[in-house]
Amino acid sequence: MPKDGGIGDSTRRREDIRFLTGAGRYSDDINVHGQTYAHFVRSDVAHGRIRSIDVAGAEAMPGVLKVFTSKDFEGAGGVPCGWLITSRDGTPMQEPKHPILAEGKVRHVGDPIAVVVAETKAQARDAADALEIDIEMLDAACDMKAALEDGAPRVHDDLSSNLCYDWGFVEDNREAVDEAIKAAAHVTTLELVNNRLVANPMEPRVAIGEYNPATDEHTLYTTSQNPHVIRLLMGAFVLNIPEHKLRVVAPDVGGGFGTKIFHYAEEAFVTFAAKALRRPVKWTSSRSEAFMSDAHGRDHVTKIELALDADNNFTALRTTTLANMGAYLSTFAPSVPTWLHGTLMAGNYKTPLIYVNVKAVFTNTVPVDAYRGAGRPEATFQLERVVDKAARELGVSPVELRRQNFITAFPYATPVAVEYDTGNYHATMDKLLELSDYSGFETRATDSKSRGKLRGFGIAHYIEACGIAPSNLVGQLGARAGLYESATVRVNATGSISVMTGSHSHGQGHETTFAQVISEMIGIDASQVDIVHGDTARTPMGMGTYGSRSIAVGGSAMVRAAEKVIAKAKRIAAHLMEASEGDIELKDGQFTIAGTDKSVAWGDVTLAAYVPHNYPLEEIEPGLEETAFYDPANFTYPSGGYGCEVEVDPETGHVKVLAFTAADDFGNVINPMIVDGQVHGGVAQGIGQAMMENCAYDAEGQLISASYMDYAMPRAGDVPMFTVDASCATPCTHNPLGVKGCGEAGAIGSPPAVVNAVIDALQRGGYDVGHIDMPLIPSRVWQAIQDATAAKR
Amino acid sequence: MNDIKMKVNGREVTGSVEGRTLLVEFLRNDLRLTGTHVGCDTSQCGACLVHVDGEVVKACSMFAAEADGREVTTIEGMANADGSLNTIQQAFQDHHGLQCGFCTPGMVMAATTLLRDNPKPSETDIREYLDGNICRCTGYHNIVKAIMAASGQEVDRAALAAE
Repeated sequence: MPKDGGIGDSTRRREDIRFLTGAGRYSDDINVHGQTYAHFVRSDVAHGRIRSIDVAGAEAMPGVLKVFTSKDFEGAGGVPCGWLITSRDGTPMQEPKHPILAEGKVRHVGDPIAVVVAETKAQARDAADALEIDIEMLDAACDMKAALEDGAPRVHDDLSSNLCYDWGFVEDNREAVDEAIKAAAHVTTLELVNNRLVANPMEPRVAIGEYNPATDEHTLYTTSQNPHVIRLLMGAFVLNIPEHKLRVVAPDVGGGFGTKIFHYAEEAFVTFAAKALRRPVKWTSSRSEAFMSDAHGRDHVTKIELALDADNNFTALRTTTLANMGAYLSTFAPSVPTWLHGTLMAGNYKTPLIYVNVKAVFTNTVPVDAYRGAGRPEATFQLERVVDKAARELGVSPVELRRQNFITAFPYATPVAVEYDTGNYHATMDKLLELSDYSGFETRATDSKSRGKLRGFGIAHYIEACGIAPSNLVGQLGARAGLYESATVRVNATGSISVMTGSHSHGQGHETTFAQVISEMIGIDASQVDIVHGDTARTPMGMGTYGSRSIAVGGSAMVRAAEKVIAKAKRIAAHLMEASEGDIELKDGQFTIAGTDKSVAWGDVTLAAYVPHNYPLEEIEPGLEETAFYDPANFTYPSGGYGCEVEVDPETGHVKVLAFTAADDFGNVINPMIVDGQVHGGVAQGIGQAMMENCAYDAEGQLISASYMDYAMPRAGDVPMFTVDASCATPCTHNPLGVKGCGEAGAIGSPPAVVNAVIDALQRGGYDVGHIDMPLIPSRVWQAIQDATAAKR
Repeated sequence: MNDIKMKVNGREVTGSVEGRTLLVEFLRNDLRLTGTHVGCDTSQCGACLVHVDGEVVKACSMFAAEADGREVTTIEGMANADGSLNTIQQAFQDHHGLQCGFCTPGMVMAATTLLRDNPKPSETDIREYLDGNICRCTGYHNIVKAIMAASGQEVDRAALAAE
């Protein structure tokens, strides 16, 4: 039994109290005295040359302080990209400038051209209508294949083409993979689209800039997953503000899902304008604006080939992808289709030879970057679809084909450069089949059939790399940042503790789970522990929260800092009890001399540290506060088996998701309730991708899904109750808590499970459908049924 | 400008607003009741749900002037008199019915009128009622569970499968 409030306990979240009573403090809830309001005027065309901008009329409007255009940013840097990818031929990726406001050309719908700053939001909006902007429309590059052809419209005139990079991995395997595919007994080929998505955290982005001329200090309040990263990128690369003069605060943040990792132009704008105007400047995104300015996700077009020998062993895998970068390189965009994608192509399988080719393409669309899973959903989707298709072509069970090829011995070095430390894929598969009542499926299918419906069951077995990441490794791979995490454990004189973490919570519940870990380690009540995050003025330099890294990297940093605190506290306790340091044990908040009943309480030791009257000052410094930076030795590798059961109406093509089961291996779990919740949310987003979500552009590059009227978000009626389980735990071997991370799993494993289920249903119904691209909206499923029917005739 | 007067969370308030000022803007900007959130601009998401004369209203779809003379309740007015969480709020915490918390005020306001009108809703009833409230974090699972629990019912997997 876990201890109340300790590791393994489903402690209720302390942050809920403020969220449930309306007392949360999100960025838009912050109002700075004297603030002004920024309204961004954005391009309504995909591609065009700016002939002229006349600001006079707008600046004459009531309440307007100034209209900003790119002219005001001469000398400022562009929004930087944090990852350099090298092409197969050894050349660096093409990296165009990403200006804060459009310079000369607009390159996507939503590209900011000018900003009106006024006394009120309404005045800023009104004045924006009076702005005269003359744009010469140009043909747009939208389709990735077409964008790479000779003569295609050029997104950036100063680049040689729309190709950002042509990446091959592992290049040394290329020929061997080609040979193995030629020699294979069977090759299954699949072409598919990983649909473009919009992350859509419910809180739209906000940025408030404030400047104090007395101290030359800037403050930025922003909806960010990683305030220190924003401070570094914006200060060093865009506005040339030294870090000690720049404070970035990310208070309560209403969801992120990746899209709040990146440094955005709006953040730099409000920071710059606050100084220029000597007034605070606030910008709050509308939802429609979010659709055309938040970085999008996914958008891959892929061909995958899986080679098998005569005994159905996987012998080689080759995959070729076009990845959309959009019009500019968002902060981590280049890493997503490469290192976060190619390194996961082994999945759960011992395929000996793998080659991944990715061409990243500039198009006249919103920049694309990491969205929940980031590269790993794209890898898992194609792999789990092609394995399912292979099973069907070979007439074997998709469960058995997977099992036959599972990796079973750990550690396992994949042919795509990563080493899985632990896992037990048969165990999660067993658990999945048990919890989803797989053996009872045929009975349920018969029942559906009697009602004229087609029932299907789909499986996907995923792996992901989390706990991002060993800094020296990612540095070799092109990252322009370290990926450690930090924590300061500050023990107060009376024994309560403040933990300052570089991690950031935007729904994950750090304030609760991180306190559980400290409570467990020291044995004091969790109510005595506070977790501070989201403010560069209060926390040590940290890299923030994404890639399911908080507990694995941030939690590890906190454990290391707490270990230092405990070691020092034991020395103090030893002095107080006149004992040898090595004999001191800490349990339940009491320091005891081993084998005796002599003890001293936690609070007595902490008080001694700060009131050092009876204290060995010549040996130990007063105070009790330690900081640790933790750089992980390896990624962590959560894995699991997901199962989806659907019913298809063959008359209409409508699909109902009846049940979804997730059997995950997250290693050790700090708070099972929170972990289950993370899986629920991830699965719902994955079902959303598979069933309804689609960010759509027309042929001219017009964004046609720019509101919740046009972009289908999963609602309560679109998803079933979920069955989730994390009992098949193989603890991570290289971090102190044995944790792997759980934030993205649901979104990674679920799309292929859903699509596999629908294909299964159609096949069982006698429709020979090989694949349908997501989202599986009724018209697409219906069309596939019609095509299969016609082919049979 | 229009001078308006209304009762918000039991307290008389007055204000002067433009004709185009939305109720949600009045609540957030003039009254600084920032618990009511704005998640979209097409009245789809439900983050701004409040009660006006006891009925759920998306505060982005009503002008402040329209609420003149009426009684408005926001999330700030939902806790028990002693400040403790009410039954529905407590159920949301007990069942982890929220993550980032942004949609949560709207969810609580919706759940309140649902349970008033339908004290023992089925899972389907709950999901249908929440059609106008988008949550991106929870996948709705624990929201449904929380509302079930607040109504004194347990979520029974077997019964759900049979539905």
